[in-house]
Amino acid sequence: MSDLAVQFLGVGKTYPHFQLQDIDLELSAGSILGFIGANGAGKSTTLRILMGLVHQDRGTVRVLGHEMPASQVAAKRDVGYVSEDLRLYKAATLSWHMDFVRSVVPGWDAAYAAELARRFDLKPEQKIKGLSHGQRVKAALLLALARRPRLLVLDEPTTGLDPVARHEVLGALAEILLDERRTVLFSSHNTLDVEQISDRITFIDRGRIIDSDDKESFLDRWRRLRLDFPADATLPEVPGIVDATRSGRLAVLTTNRFEPRVTETCQAAGATVFAVEPMTLEEIFVADVRSRREGKAA
Amino acid sequence: MDMHSTGFVISQADGRPMYLQIIEQIKQRIAVGDWVEGEEIPSIRQLAASLQVSVITVKRAYLELEREGVIVTRHGKGSTVAADPDLGPRLHEQDLARHLDGAARIGVVLGVAEEDLVARLRTAIRTVSSSPATNRSTEEKP
Repeated sequence: MSDLAVQFLGVGKTYPHFQLQDIDLELSAGSILGFIGANGAGKSTTLRILMGLVHQDRGTVRVLGHEMPASQVAAKRDVGYVSEDLRLYKAATLSWHMDFVRSVVPGWDAAYAAELARRFDLKPEQKIKGLSHGQRVKAALLLALARRPRLLVLDEPTTGLDPVARHEVLGALAEILLDERRTVLFSSHNTLDVEQISDRITFIDRGRIIDSDDKESFLDRWRRLRLDFPADATLPEVPGIVDATRSGRLAVLTTNRFEPRVTETCQAAGATVFAVEPMTLEEIFVADVRSRREGKAA
Repeated sequence: MDMHSTGFVISQADGRPMYLQIIEQIKQRIAVGDWVEGEEIPSIRQLAASLQVSVITVKRAYLELEREGVIVTRHGKGSTVAADPDLGPRLHEQDLARHLDGAARIGVVLGVAEEDLVARLRTAIRTVSSSPATNRSTEEKP
């Protein structure tokens, strides 16, 4: 037995115009994984394979110890899933949906559902067709959260939400982790949300996972160095250089393998180090994707 | 559980990593005497949930605080403020050293002469001590 909530081993899926390749992914129970990629990078396909909605052509997928898609019925008892193509009945009310979910899944927590409705500012007696996009997303999240599933899989949960609603949703997600047996996997192209609440971060681009690490290591090893450097001299050898730009005496180096020694190396090469700047997850993601795409093109 | 009583503010606009902001605010709590020695502080998961930041970030902050001897963590029993009578003053001292270092570094980068920098510090001291509203807090909230 392992405490892995999700495990992908060499998973692939081929479509006429898109390929998901060599997906390896591990998520331990009790943590939040933020899955970041541009539109069309393969996030939703990966999550659909995880849920058994799409079957992989190759590789192994285990969810809460169950093989997917073969044992999806057993796995899904403990998994809540919310995607962009929400399937709520427009003519029915939120409270009808709450009754419906309670009747088909174990573990429905009516008190928690009522509390979420209040916090998300939703009226249970309102019909789905009268709800805004943001309210529908929150309604779908409420239905998934109130089951208290061991694994929550959310495809772009914060996309299209206004700042207040985003804050409410992130708060509800962060609270899940008070219970250390529960796990969340959410995809997003909003790096700020991911940076804030994720323990692990995985980048996907063009159907491949390009980087995966715990968040603190991610943020620690990426640095931008701003140097004053004689314009005719060659830049010092810095490990993990992802990008280097020069303008006159000013040079900006981006590295993904930063350590304190790097600063000394630059100084020894005759540079004055103005600043060693941490980068936001968004800057890291963009730099990572661009350097890898350029590397492939070259 | 009292989820919103920590009074911490984690800012994404602040250039520093979130774990450093957490360390600083815990130290401030101790330095001003809100959290006294031996007092139990929120668990990692509680603080993470109430700040809406990841568990790993709070865990890292707690590990650093433990290494510095500011808090003590016992497995299964949570964390407490370390029993050290000089902790409050020492944390203020660290705070002061860090701000002075920062001022010195910016001064060097801007090419401010040493005596000018010292003179400006004197002016700042005079301004602060003549203002009646001054308190000991180093962070001013807008």
